[in-house]
Amino acid sequence: MAEQHKLARGVALVGAGMSKFGAFKGKSSRDLFVEAFNEMLASVDQPFDPNQIEALFVGNYSSDLFEGQGHLAPILASWTGLNPLPAVRVEDACASAGAAVYQGILAVASGMYDVVVVGGVEKMTDLPTEKVTDTLATAADTQFEIPAGFTFPGFYAAMATSYMHAYGATPETLMKVGIKNHNNGSLNEKAQFGAKISTLMEARKASAAKKGLPIPDWKDELEFLHDDKANPVIAWPLRLYDCSPVSDGAAVVLLVSEDLAKKFSDCPIYIAGMGQASDGALHDRKELNSIPSARLAGQKAYQMAGVGPEDIDFAEVHDCFTIAELLATEDLGFFERGTAWKAAEKRRDQPRWQQTHQLIGRAQIERAPCRCFRCRSGRRSLETVARPGRRTPDQTSPQIWSYPQRGGHRANLCGTHFREERLTWKTNSPMLPIALT
Amino acid sequence: MENEFTYAAHCAHLNEHKLLGNRDKATGEVFLPARPINPETHSSDMEWVELSGEGVLQAYTIVYIATTAMIEAGYDRKNPYCVGIVKTAEGPMISAFISGVDALHPESIKIGTPMRAHFIDRGEGEARKSFLAFEPVA
Repeated sequence: MAEQHKLARGVALVGAGMSKFGAFKGKSSRDLFVEAFNEMLASVDQPFDPNQIEALFVGNYSSDLFEGQGHLAPILASWTGLNPLPAVRVEDACASAGAAVYQGILAVASGMYDVVVVGGVEKMTDLPTEKVTDTLATAADTQFEIPAGFTFPGFYAAMATSYMHAYGATPETLMKVGIKNHNNGSLNEKAQFGAKISTLMEARKASAAKKGLPIPDWKDELEFLHDDKANPVIAWPLRLYDCSPVSDGAAVVLLVSEDLAKKFSDCPIYIAGMGQASDGALHDRKELNSIPSARLAGQKAYQMAGVGPEDIDFAEVHDCFTIAELLATEDLGFFERGTAWKAAEKRRDQPRWQQTHQLIGRAQIERAPCRCFRCRSGRRSLETVARPGRRTPDQTSPQIWSYPQRGGHRANLCGTHFREERLTWKTNSPMLPIALT
Repeated sequence: MENEFTYAAHCAHLNEHKLLGNRDKATGEVFLPARPINPETHSSDMEWVELSGEGVLQAYTIVYIATTAMIEAGYDRKNPYCVGIVKTAEGPMISAFISGVDALHPESIKIGTPMRAHFIDRGEGEARKSFLAFEPVA
Protein backbone atom coordinates (compact mmCIF):
# COMPACT_ATOMS: atom_id res chain seq x y z
CA MET A 1 0.00 0.00 0.00
CA ALA A 2 1.19 3.43 -0.82
CA GLU A 3 2.57 5.65 1.85
CA GLN A 4 -0.11 7.94 3.20
CA HIS A 5 0.05 11.51 2.02
CA LYS A 6 -1.95 14.56 2.95
CA LEU A 7 -2.20 18.11 1.69
CA ALA A 8 -0.57 20.82 3.79
CA ARG A 9 -3.82 22.76 3.58
CA GLY A 10 -7.20 22.26 1.98
CA VAL A 11 -7.92 23.12 -1.62
CA ALA A 12 -11.29 23.80 -3.23
CA LEU A 13 -12.57 23.97 -6.74
CA VAL A 14 -14.79 27.02 -7.11
CA GLY A 15 -15.25 27.54 -10.82
CA ALA A 16 -15.28 25.51 -14.03
CA GLY A 17 -15.79 26.10 -17.71
CA MET A 18 -15.61 24.02 -20.84
CA SER A 19 -15.71 24.66 -24.55
CA LYS A 20 -17.71 22.57 -26.93
CA PHE A 21 -15.91 19.50 -28.24
CA GLY A 22 -15.67 18.67 -31.90
CA ALA A 23 -13.75 19.45 -35.07
CA PHE A 24 -13.58 23.22 -35.30
CA LYS A 25 -11.88 24.47 -38.40
CA GLY A 26 -10.43 27.89 -37.76
CA LYS A 27 -10.23 27.55 -33.98
CA SER A 28 -6.83 27.05 -32.38
CA SER A 29 -5.88 25.99 -28.87
CA ARG A 30 -5.93 29.53 -27.62
CA ASP A 31 -9.40 30.17 -29.02
CA LEU A 32 -10.78 27.08 -27.34
CA PHE A 33 -8.97 27.84 -24.12
CA VAL A 34 -10.41 31.36 -24.01
CA GLU A 35 -13.92 29.96 -24.40
CA ALA A 36 -13.43 27.65 -21.45
CA PHE A 37 -11.70 30.36 -19.42
CA ASN A 38 -14.53 32.81 -19.91
CA GLU A 39 -17.09 30.19 -18.95
CA MET A 40 -15.06 29.46 -15.84
CA LEU A 41 -15.09 33.14 -14.87
CA ALA A 42 -18.85 33.27 -15.35
CA SER A 43 -19.34 30.17 -13.22
CA VAL A 44 -17.90 31.71 -10.07
CA ASP A 45 -20.72 32.66 -7.72
CA GLN A 46 -19.22 35.72 -6.05
CA PRO A 47 -17.75 38.81 -7.70
CA PHE A 48 -14.32 37.75 -8.75
CA ASP A 49 -11.41 39.83 -10.02
CA PRO A 50 -9.19 37.86 -12.41
CA ASN A 51 -6.28 39.84 -10.96
CA GLN A 52 -6.56 37.54 -7.95
CA ILE A 53 -5.23 34.67 -10.06
CA GLU A 54 -1.61 33.89 -9.24
CA ALA A 55 -0.55 31.09 -11.58
CA LEU A 56 -1.66 29.04 -14.57
CA PHE A 57 -1.17 25.32 -15.12
CA VAL A 58 -2.04 23.99 -18.57
CA GLY A 59 -2.45 20.35 -19.42
CA ASN A 60 -1.70 19.71 -23.07
CA TYR A 61 -0.39 16.66 -24.80
CA SER A 62 1.11 17.82 -28.03
CA SER A 63 0.40 21.30 -29.32
CA ASP A 64 3.91 21.12 -30.77
CA LEU A 65 2.99 18.37 -33.20
CA PHE A 66 -0.73 19.02 -33.59
CA GLU A 67 -0.39 22.74 -34.25
CA GLY A 68 3.29 23.54 -34.46
CA GLN A 69 2.97 25.57 -31.27
CA GLY A 70 5.39 24.88 -28.45
CA HIS A 71 5.69 26.94 -25.26
CA LEU A 72 1.94 26.88 -25.02
CA ALA A 73 1.32 27.99 -21.43
CA PRO A 74 2.67 31.53 -21.79
CA ILE A 75 0.72 31.92 -25.02
CA LEU A 76 -2.48 30.94 -23.25
CA ALA A 77 -1.62 33.15 -20.30
CA SER A 78 -1.21 36.03 -22.72
CA TRP A 79 -4.49 35.34 -24.48
CA THR A 80 -6.41 35.13 -21.21
CA GLY A 81 -4.80 38.28 -19.84
CA LEU A 82 -2.81 36.45 -17.18
CA ASN A 83 0.73 37.41 -18.18
CA PRO A 84 3.17 37.88 -16.53
CA LEU A 85 1.99 35.24 -14.06
CA PRO A 86 3.91 31.98 -13.84
CA ALA A 87 2.49 29.70 -16.53
CA VAL A 88 3.58 26.14 -17.12
CA ARG A 89 2.48 23.36 -19.41
CA VAL A 90 2.09 19.85 -17.99
CA GLU A 91 2.38 16.95 -20.41
CA ASP A 92 1.43 13.42 -19.47
CA ALA A 93 -0.28 12.14 -22.59
CA CYS A 94 -3.99 11.54 -21.99
CA ALA A 95 -3.45 12.37 -18.33
CA SER A 96 -2.05 15.81 -19.08
CA ALA A 97 -4.87 17.91 -17.71
CA GLY A 98 -5.35 15.66 -14.73
CA ALA A 99 -1.66 16.00 -14.04
CA ALA A 100 -2.06 19.75 -14.32
CA VAL A 101 -4.89 19.69 -11.76
CA TYR A 102 -2.64 17.64 -9.52
CA GLN A 103 0.09 20.26 -9.80
CA GLY A 104 -2.38 23.08 -9.26
CA ILE A 105 -3.64 21.46 -6.09
CA LEU A 106 -0.10 21.00 -4.83
CA ALA A 107 0.71 24.63 -5.59
CA VAL A 108 -2.22 25.91 -3.53
CA ALA A 109 -1.75 23.33 -0.77
CA SER A 110 1.88 24.38 -0.43
CA GLY A 111 0.81 27.88 0.56
CA MET A 112 2.67 29.44 -2.34
CA TYR A 113 -0.55 30.51 -4.09
CA ASP A 114 -4.11 31.07 -2.95
CA VAL A 115 -5.77 31.20 -6.37
CA VAL A 116 -4.68 29.30 -9.47
CA VAL A 117 -6.22 28.44 -12.81
CA VAL A 118 -5.79 24.98 -14.26
CA GLY A 119 -6.81 24.18 -17.79
CA GLY A 120 -6.59 21.49 -20.38
CA VAL A 121 -6.71 21.95 -24.11
CA GLU A 122 -6.04 20.07 -27.29
CA LYS A 123 -6.43 20.98 -30.93
CA MET A 124 -6.15 17.74 -32.85
CA THR A 125 -8.14 18.05 -36.03
CA ASP A 126 -5.82 20.10 -38.23
CA LEU A 127 -3.75 17.05 -39.12
CA PRO A 128 -4.68 14.19 -41.47
CA THR A 129 -5.50 10.86 -39.82
CA GLU A 130 -2.09 9.28 -40.31
CA LYS A 131 -0.37 12.29 -38.77
CA VAL A 132 -2.75 12.20 -35.82
CA THR A 133 -1.93 8.51 -35.48
CA ASP A 134 1.79 9.34 -35.56
CA THR A 135 1.35 12.08 -32.96
CA LEU A 136 -0.65 9.94 -30.56
CA ALA A 137 1.91 7.20 -31.01
CA THR A 138 4.58 9.45 -29.55
CA ALA A 139 2.91 8.85 -26.19
CA ALA A 140 4.17 5.29 -26.48
CA ASP A 141 7.77 4.10 -26.38
CA THR A 142 8.93 5.21 -29.80
CA GLN A 143 12.06 3.07 -29.64
CA PHE A 144 10.60 -0.27 -28.70
CA GLU A 145 6.83 -0.22 -29.22
CA ILE A 146 6.07 1.91 -32.24
CA PRO A 147 8.69 0.28 -34.52
CA ALA A 148 6.99 -3.04 -33.79
CA GLY A 149 3.83 -1.61 -35.34
CA PHE A 150 1.82 -0.53 -32.34
CA THR A 151 -0.50 2.45 -32.46
CA PHE A 152 -2.22 4.07 -29.52
CA PRO A 153 -5.56 2.34 -30.18
CA GLY A 154 -3.45 -0.77 -30.75
CA PHE A 155 -2.24 -0.79 -27.16
CA TYR A 156 -5.71 -0.77 -25.75
CA ALA A 157 -6.76 -3.32 -28.34
CA ALA A 158 -3.94 -5.60 -27.19
CA MET A 159 -5.04 -5.15 -23.60
CA ALA A 160 -8.53 -6.03 -24.76
CA THR A 161 -7.36 -9.32 -26.28
CA SER A 162 -5.57 -10.15 -23.06
CA TYR A 163 -8.68 -9.31 -21.05
CA MET A 164 -11.00 -11.26 -23.34
CA HIS A 165 -8.69 -14.28 -23.27
CA ALA A 166 -8.39 -14.21 -19.49
CA TYR A 167 -12.00 -13.58 -18.54
CA GLY A 168 -14.29 -14.43 -21.43
CA ALA A 169 -15.44 -11.01 -22.58
CA THR A 170 -16.07 -10.55 -26.30
CA PRO A 171 -15.90 -7.69 -28.79
CA GLU A 172 -19.66 -7.43 -28.30
CA THR A 173 -19.11 -6.69 -24.62
CA LEU A 174 -17.07 -3.68 -25.67
CA MET A 175 -19.82 -2.60 -28.02
CA LYS A 176 -22.26 -2.56 -25.12
CA VAL A 177 -19.94 -0.25 -23.21
CA GLY A 178 -19.91 2.00 -26.24
CA ILE A 179 -23.69 2.02 -26.51
CA LYS A 180 -23.96 3.13 -22.90
CA ASN A 181 -21.33 5.80 -23.26
CA HIS A 182 -22.80 7.21 -26.42
CA ASN A 183 -26.13 7.34 -24.62
CA ASN A 184 -24.46 9.41 -21.93
CA GLY A 185 -22.80 11.60 -24.50
CA SER A 186 -26.19 12.31 -26.03
CA LEU A 187 -27.12 14.05 -22.77
CA ASN A 188 -24.23 16.46 -23.05
CA GLU A 189 -24.78 19.42 -25.29
CA LYS A 190 -21.03 19.90 -25.57
CA ALA A 191 -20.31 16.37 -26.74
CA GLN A 192 -18.69 15.80 -30.11
CA PHE A 193 -20.96 13.00 -31.27
CA GLY A 194 -23.73 13.86 -28.87
CA ALA A 195 -25.92 11.07 -30.17
CA LYS A 196 -26.98 7.59 -29.18
CA ILE A 197 -25.81 4.73 -31.37
CA SER A 198 -29.43 4.17 -32.32
CA THR A 199 -29.65 7.78 -33.45
CA LEU A 200 -26.49 7.46 -35.51
CA MET A 201 -27.88 4.29 -37.02
CA GLU A 202 -31.14 5.93 -38.03
CA ALA A 203 -29.25 8.89 -39.45
CA ARG A 204 -27.26 6.53 -41.66
CA LYS A 205 -30.46 4.96 -42.90
CA ALA A 206 -31.98 8.34 -43.61
CA SER A 207 -28.85 9.43 -45.44
CA ALA A 208 -28.95 6.33 -47.61
CA ALA A 209 -32.62 6.90 -48.41
CA LYS A 210 -31.98 10.51 -49.30
CA LYS A 211 -29.22 9.50 -51.69
CA GLY A 212 -31.35 6.81 -53.25
CA LEU A 213 -29.01 4.09 -52.00
CA PRO A 214 -30.08 0.75 -50.56
CA ILE A 215 -31.22 1.31 -46.97
CA PRO A 216 -29.20 -0.82 -44.55
CA ASP A 217 -31.26 -3.33 -42.64
CA TRP A 218 -29.67 -3.34 -39.21
CA LYS A 219 -32.10 -4.90 -36.80
CA ASP A 220 -30.52 -3.33 -33.73
CA GLU A 221 -27.53 -1.37 -32.47
CA LEU A 222 -25.32 -4.40 -32.15
CA GLU A 223 -25.89 -5.39 -35.75
CA PHE A 224 -25.03 -1.85 -36.76
CA LEU A 225 -21.86 -1.99 -34.68
CA HIS A 226 -20.84 -5.29 -36.28
CA ASP A 227 -21.08 -3.76 -39.76
CA ASP A 228 -17.56 -3.22 -41.09
CA LYS A 229 -18.67 -0.31 -43.23
CA ALA A 230 -20.74 1.48 -40.61
CA ASN A 231 -18.31 0.77 -37.80
CA PRO A 232 -14.90 0.03 -39.30
CA VAL A 233 -12.14 -1.68 -37.38
CA ILE A 234 -9.46 0.67 -36.10
CA ALA A 235 -7.34 -1.86 -34.21
CA TRP A 236 -9.13 -5.15 -33.70
CA PRO A 237 -11.14 -5.71 -31.57
CA LEU A 238 -11.68 -1.95 -31.33
CA ARG A 239 -13.86 -0.32 -33.93
CA LEU A 240 -14.73 3.28 -34.62
CA TYR A 241 -17.41 3.56 -31.95
CA ASP A 242 -15.15 1.92 -29.39
CA CYS A 243 -12.79 4.84 -29.73
CA SER A 244 -12.98 8.42 -28.61
CA PRO A 245 -12.79 10.70 -31.61
CA VAL A 246 -10.06 13.03 -32.68
CA SER A 247 -11.24 16.28 -31.22
CA ASP A 248 -10.73 19.91 -30.34
CA GLY A 249 -11.73 21.27 -26.95
CA ALA A 250 -10.72 22.83 -23.68
CA ALA A 251 -11.71 22.98 -20.04
CA VAL A 252 -10.65 25.26 -17.20
CA VAL A 253 -11.08 25.16 -13.42
CA LEU A 254 -10.38 27.63 -10.65
CA LEU A 255 -8.69 26.30 -7.52
CA VAL A 256 -8.42 28.26 -4.28
CA SER A 257 -7.29 27.61 -0.75
CA GLU A 258 -9.95 26.13 1.50
CA ASP A 259 -10.22 29.22 3.67
CA LEU A 260 -11.11 31.36 0.66
CA ALA A 261 -13.52 28.93 -0.92
CA LYS A 262 -16.72 30.46 0.40
CA LYS A 263 -15.65 33.88 -0.82
CA PHE A 264 -15.83 32.52 -4.33
CA SER A 265 -18.46 29.87 -4.33
CA ASP A 266 -21.71 29.07 -2.58
CA CYS A 267 -20.89 25.39 -2.84
CA PRO A 268 -17.20 24.72 -3.30
CA ILE A 269 -15.88 21.31 -4.17
CA TYR A 270 -13.13 20.35 -1.76
CA ILE A 271 -10.31 18.04 -2.72
CA ALA A 272 -10.48 15.05 -0.43
CA GLY A 273 -7.74 12.96 -1.95
CA MET A 274 -5.65 12.43 -5.01
CA GLY A 275 -3.11 9.98 -6.29
CA GLN A 276 -0.72 9.62 -9.14
CA ALA A 277 1.38 6.78 -10.47
CA SER A 278 3.21 5.88 -13.67
CA ASP A 279 3.63 2.95 -16.01
CA GLY A 280 6.15 2.47 -18.78
CA ALA A 281 5.88 0.42 -21.94
CA LEU A 282 3.02 -2.06 -22.02
CA HIS A 283 5.42 -4.98 -22.45
CA ASP A 284 7.25 -3.93 -19.28
CA ARG A 285 4.19 -4.43 -17.09
CA LYS A 286 3.66 -7.55 -15.06
CA GLU A 287 0.19 -7.97 -16.51
CA LEU A 288 -1.60 -6.84 -19.62
CA ASN A 289 -5.25 -6.79 -18.60
CA SER A 290 -4.99 -4.29 -15.78
CA ILE A 291 -3.26 -0.94 -15.43
CA PRO A 292 -1.03 -1.10 -12.36
CA SER A 293 -0.59 2.68 -12.16
CA ALA A 294 -4.36 3.12 -12.12
CA ARG A 295 -4.70 0.73 -9.22
CA LEU A 296 -1.98 2.47 -7.28
CA ALA A 297 -3.26 5.97 -8.03
CA GLY A 298 -6.72 4.95 -6.87
CA GLN A 299 -5.35 3.46 -3.67
CA LYS A 300 -3.52 6.66 -2.92
CA ALA A 301 -6.59 8.77 -3.53
CA TYR A 302 -8.83 6.55 -1.42
CA GLN A 303 -6.31 6.49 1.36
CA MET A 304 -5.92 10.24 1.44
CA ALA A 305 -9.68 10.73 1.43
CA GLY A 306 -10.32 8.01 3.98
CA VAL A 307 -12.83 6.31 1.72
CA GLY A 308 -12.93 3.17 -0.36
CA PRO A 309 -14.52 2.14 -3.62
CA GLU A 310 -17.62 1.08 -1.72
CA ASP A 311 -18.18 4.71 -0.75
CA ILE A 312 -18.23 5.98 -4.31
CA ASP A 313 -21.60 6.65 -5.87
CA PHE A 314 -20.51 8.20 -9.07
CA ALA A 315 -17.43 7.74 -11.18
CA GLU A 316 -16.17 9.25 -14.35
CA VAL A 317 -13.40 7.01 -15.55
CA HIS A 318 -11.11 7.28 -18.52
CA ASP A 319 -12.74 5.71 -21.53
CA CYS A 320 -10.48 6.67 -24.38
CA PHE A 321 -11.46 3.23 -25.62
CA THR A 322 -14.24 0.98 -24.39
CA ILE A 323 -11.81 -1.52 -22.89
CA ALA A 324 -10.25 1.29 -20.84
CA GLU A 325 -13.49 1.70 -18.92
CA LEU A 326 -13.62 -1.97 -17.98
CA LEU A 327 -10.02 -1.90 -16.82
CA ALA A 328 -10.46 1.34 -14.88
CA THR A 329 -13.54 0.19 -13.04
CA GLU A 330 -11.68 -2.90 -11.92
CA ASP A 331 -8.46 -1.11 -11.12
CA LEU A 332 -10.38 1.42 -9.02
CA GLY A 333 -12.02 -1.35 -7.08
CA PHE A 334 -15.63 -1.05 -8.25
CA PHE A 335 -15.48 -4.58 -9.56
CA GLU A 336 -13.37 -7.59 -8.82
CA ARG A 337 -10.72 -8.35 -11.40
CA GLY A 338 -12.24 -9.96 -14.43
CA THR A 339 -15.86 -9.15 -13.60
CA ALA A 340 -16.52 -5.65 -14.95
CA TRP A 341 -17.39 -7.07 -18.33
CA LYS A 342 -20.21 -9.10 -16.81
CA ALA A 343 -21.67 -5.93 -15.37
CA ALA A 344 -21.25 -4.26 -18.73
CA GLU A 345 -23.31 -7.01 -20.27
CA LYS A 346 -26.15 -6.30 -17.87
CA ARG A 347 -26.01 -2.68 -16.95
CA ARG A 348 -27.05 -0.94 -20.08
CA ASP A 349 -30.07 0.58 -18.47
CA GLN A 350 -29.21 0.79 -14.80
CA PRO A 351 -25.54 1.32 -14.34
CA ARG A 352 -24.19 1.69 -10.87
CA TRP A 353 -21.59 4.22 -11.63
CA GLN A 354 -22.29 5.59 -15.01
CA GLN A 355 -20.43 8.48 -16.31
CA THR A 356 -21.48 11.91 -17.33
CA HIS A 357 -19.64 13.00 -20.34
CA GLN A 358 -17.59 10.15 -21.47
CA LEU A 359 -14.80 10.70 -23.86
CA ILE A 360 -16.23 8.22 -26.26
CA GLY A 361 -19.51 9.99 -26.43
CA ARG A 362 -17.94 13.37 -26.17
CA ALA A 363 -14.39 13.42 -27.34
CA GLN A 364 -10.94 12.33 -26.51
CA ILE A 365 -9.62 15.53 -25.17
CA GLU A 366 -6.74 14.16 -23.38
CA ARG A 367 -6.43 17.09 -21.29
CA ALA A 368 -9.73 18.59 -20.37
CA PRO A 369 -9.61 18.27 -16.64
CA CYS A 370 -13.12 18.89 -15.68
CA ARG A 371 -16.43 18.33 -17.08
CA CYS A 372 -19.31 19.16 -14.89
CA PHE A 373 -18.02 19.71 -11.44
CA ARG A 374 -20.72 22.01 -10.46
CA CYS A 375 -23.18 19.99 -12.27
CA ARG A 376 -25.24 22.89 -13.20
CA SER A 377 -24.60 21.94 -16.75
CA GLY A 378 -24.28 18.29 -15.94
CA ARG A 379 -27.09 17.72 -13.51
CA ARG A 380 -29.31 16.21 -16.07
CA SER A 381 -26.88 13.55 -16.97
CA LEU A 382 -25.91 13.00 -13.39
CA GLU A 383 -29.46 12.33 -12.47
CA THR A 384 -29.68 9.71 -15.10
CA VAL A 385 -26.94 7.78 -13.48
CA ALA A 386 -28.07 7.88 -9.90
CA ARG A 387 -28.52 4.44 -8.54
CA PRO A 388 -32.05 3.60 -7.55
CA GLY A 389 -32.36 3.81 -3.82
CA ARG A 390 -29.06 5.53 -3.43
CA ARG A 391 -28.23 9.10 -2.66
CA THR A 392 -28.80 11.35 -5.55
CA PRO A 393 -26.29 13.81 -6.83
CA ASP A 394 -28.26 16.52 -5.09
CA GLN A 395 -27.09 15.13 -1.84
CA THR A 396 -23.48 14.33 -1.78
CA SER A 397 -22.25 12.14 -4.44
CA PRO A 398 -18.71 10.92 -4.27
CA GLN A 399 -17.27 11.00 -7.68
CA ILE A 400 -14.29 9.68 -9.40
CA TRP A 401 -12.83 11.08 -12.52
CA SER A 402 -10.31 8.82 -14.02
CA TYR A 403 -7.75 9.49 -16.66
CA PRO A 404 -5.52 6.49 -16.65
CA GLN A 405 -2.68 6.86 -18.95
CA ARG A 406 -0.13 4.46 -20.03
CA GLY A 407 2.54 6.99 -19.32
CA GLY A 408 1.15 8.07 -16.03
CA HIS A 409 -1.99 7.67 -14.11
CA ARG A 410 -3.22 10.15 -11.61
CA ALA A 411 -6.07 9.99 -9.29
CA ASN A 412 -7.53 13.03 -7.69
CA LEU A 413 -10.12 12.26 -5.16
CA CYS A 414 -12.14 15.29 -4.55
CA GLY A 415 -15.53 15.75 -3.41
CA THR A 416 -18.55 17.23 -4.73
CA HIS A 417 -21.33 18.37 -2.71
CA PHE A 418 -24.27 20.15 -3.87
CA ARG A 419 -25.73 20.66 -0.44
CA GLU A 420 -22.94 21.01 1.94
CA GLU A 421 -25.00 20.64 5.06
CA ARG A 422 -25.73 17.08 4.17
CA LEU A 423 -22.18 16.04 3.96
CA THR A 424 -21.17 13.45 6.39
CA TRP A 425 -17.84 12.30 5.16
CA LYS A 426 -15.41 11.05 7.64
CA THR A 427 -12.64 13.06 6.19
CA ASN A 428 -11.72 16.51 7.40
CA SER A 429 -12.84 17.84 4.15
CA PRO A 430 -16.55 17.62 3.75
CA MET A 431 -16.46 16.67 0.28
CA LEU A 432 -15.61 13.92 -1.63
CA PRO A 433 -14.51 12.14 -4.37
CA ILE A 434 -12.75 11.86 -7.12
CA ALA A 435 -10.65 11.90 -9.83
CA LEU A 436 -8.25 9.95 -11.36
CA THR A 437 -6.43 11.38 -14.01
CA MET B 1 29.89 6.00 -16.08
CA GLU B 2 29.22 5.21 -19.69
CA ASN B 3 26.06 3.30 -20.48
CA GLU B 4 26.54 0.65 -23.14
CA PHE B 5 22.93 -0.57 -23.08
CA THR B 6 21.66 1.93 -25.58
CA TYR B 7 19.00 1.97 -28.26
CA ALA B 8 21.74 2.25 -30.86
CA ALA B 9 23.28 -0.96 -29.56
CA HIS B 10 19.88 -2.66 -29.64
CA CYS B 11 19.36 -1.62 -33.26
CA ALA B 12 22.86 -2.74 -34.21
CA HIS B 13 22.12 -6.19 -32.79
CA LEU B 14 18.82 -6.37 -34.66
CA ASN B 15 20.57 -5.40 -37.87
CA GLU B 16 22.83 -8.41 -37.29
CA HIS B 17 19.67 -10.47 -36.81
CA LYS B 18 20.46 -11.11 -33.18
CA LEU B 19 18.15 -10.68 -30.23
CA LEU B 20 20.13 -9.43 -27.27
CA GLY B 21 18.97 -8.30 -23.91
CA ASN B 22 20.94 -7.97 -20.74
CA ARG B 23 21.20 -9.73 -17.42
CA ASP B 24 21.70 -8.45 -13.90
CA LYS B 25 24.91 -10.15 -12.80
CA ALA B 26 23.73 -10.36 -9.21
CA THR B 27 20.18 -11.55 -9.59
CA GLY B 28 20.33 -13.21 -13.00
CA GLU B 29 17.19 -11.41 -14.12
CA VAL B 30 17.04 -10.87 -17.87
CA PHE B 31 15.78 -7.67 -19.47
CA LEU B 32 14.58 -7.11 -23.02
CA PRO B 33 15.21 -4.53 -24.26
CA ALA B 34 18.44 -4.25 -22.31
CA ARG B 35 18.06 -1.86 -19.40
CA PRO B 36 20.76 0.35 -17.92
CA ILE B 37 19.33 -0.02 -14.41
CA ASN B 38 17.49 -2.90 -12.73
CA PRO B 39 14.23 -1.27 -11.61
CA GLU B 40 13.97 -3.58 -8.59
CA THR B 41 17.49 -3.42 -7.22
CA HIS B 42 18.70 -0.24 -8.95
CA SER B 43 21.88 -2.08 -9.85
CA SER B 44 23.62 -1.16 -13.08
CA ASP B 45 25.98 -4.13 -13.01
CA MET B 46 24.66 -5.78 -16.16
CA GLU B 47 25.95 -7.94 -19.00
CA TRP B 48 24.68 -8.60 -22.51
CA VAL B 49 22.91 -11.89 -23.11
CA GLU B 50 21.58 -13.40 -26.34
CA LEU B 51 18.04 -14.68 -26.09
CA SER B 52 16.83 -17.95 -27.57
CA GLY B 53 14.08 -16.28 -29.58
CA GLU B 54 11.44 -18.59 -28.16
CA GLY B 55 8.32 -17.18 -26.58
CA VAL B 56 4.56 -17.27 -26.15
CA LEU B 57 2.01 -14.80 -27.51
CA GLN B 58 0.41 -12.78 -24.69
CA ALA B 59 -1.67 -10.11 -26.45
CA TYR B 60 -2.18 -8.84 -29.97
CA THR B 61 -4.16 -6.56 -32.22
CA ILE B 62 -4.79 -6.16 -35.91
CA VAL B 63 -3.96 -2.62 -36.93
CA TYR B 64 -6.09 -1.08 -39.68
CA ILE B 65 -5.25 2.59 -39.07
CA ALA B 66 -1.48 2.61 -39.15
CA THR B 67 1.34 5.05 -38.54
CA THR B 68 3.11 6.68 -41.45
CA ALA B 69 6.05 4.30 -41.09
CA MET B 70 3.82 1.24 -41.34
CA ILE B 71 1.91 2.72 -44.27
CA GLU B 72 5.25 3.19 -46.01
CA ALA B 73 6.02 -0.46 -45.21
CA GLY B 74 2.92 -1.42 -47.19
CA TYR B 75 0.16 -1.69 -44.62
CA ASP B 76 -3.21 0.05 -44.56
CA ARG B 77 -6.91 -0.58 -44.09
CA LYS B 78 -6.93 -3.06 -46.94
CA ASN B 79 -3.77 -4.77 -45.77
CA PRO B 80 -3.87 -4.78 -41.97
CA TYR B 81 -1.17 -6.39 -39.89
CA CYS B 82 -0.75 -8.05 -36.53
CA VAL B 83 1.37 -6.65 -33.72
CA GLY B 84 1.56 -8.14 -30.27
CA ILE B 85 3.40 -8.83 -27.08
CA VAL B 86 5.43 -12.00 -26.64
CA LYS B 87 6.74 -13.39 -23.37
CA THR B 88 10.19 -14.75 -24.06
CA ALA B 89 11.45 -18.02 -22.65
CA GLU B 90 13.96 -16.03 -20.61
CA GLY B 91 11.19 -14.05 -18.90
CA PRO B 92 10.76 -10.54 -20.24
CA MET B 93 7.93 -9.55 -22.55
CA ILE B 94 8.54 -7.58 -25.72
CA SER B 95 6.47 -5.79 -28.38
CA ALA B 96 6.91 -7.26 -31.84
CA PHE B 97 5.45 -7.55 -35.29
CA ILE B 98 3.57 -10.84 -35.53
CA SER B 99 3.86 -12.65 -38.86
CA GLY B 100 2.55 -15.96 -40.10
CA VAL B 101 -0.97 -15.36 -38.79
CA ASP B 102 -4.23 -14.58 -40.60
CA ALA B 103 -4.73 -10.88 -39.91
CA LEU B 104 -8.09 -10.92 -41.70
CA HIS B 105 -9.40 -13.50 -39.22
CA PRO B 106 -8.19 -12.13 -35.88
CA GLU B 107 -10.17 -14.61 -33.83
CA SER B 108 -8.08 -17.38 -35.39
CA ILE B 109 -5.04 -15.97 -33.58
CA LYS B 110 -4.67 -17.50 -30.14
CA ILE B 111 -3.04 -16.08 -27.07
CA GLY B 112 -0.76 -18.78 -25.67
CA THR B 113 0.58 -19.78 -29.08
CA PRO B 114 4.30 -20.71 -28.98
CA MET B 115 6.27 -18.26 -31.10
CA ARG B 116 9.75 -17.97 -32.55
CA ALA B 117 11.65 -14.75 -33.28
CA HIS B 118 12.80 -13.72 -36.70
CA PHE B 119 13.85 -10.47 -38.30
CA ILE B 120 12.23 -8.35 -40.97
CA ASP B 121 14.43 -6.12 -43.11
CA ARG B 122 12.99 -2.91 -44.50
CA GLY B 123 14.87 -0.52 -46.75
CA GLU B 124 17.87 -1.11 -48.98
CA GLY B 125 21.61 -0.65 -48.58
CA GLU B 126 22.55 1.95 -46.01
CA ALA B 127 18.90 2.52 -45.22
CA ARG B 128 18.27 -1.13 -44.39
CA LYS B 129 16.87 -1.57 -40.92
CA SER B 130 15.88 -4.80 -39.20
CA PHE B 131 12.81 -5.19 -37.02
CA LEU B 132 12.00 -7.85 -34.48
CA ALA B 133 9.14 -10.15 -35.39
CA PHE B 134 7.69 -13.38 -34.08
CA GLU B 135 5.83 -16.12 -35.89
CA PRO B 136 4.03 -19.21 -34.64
CA VAL B 137 6.21 -22.26 -34.23
CA ALA B 138 5.24 -24.55 -37.08
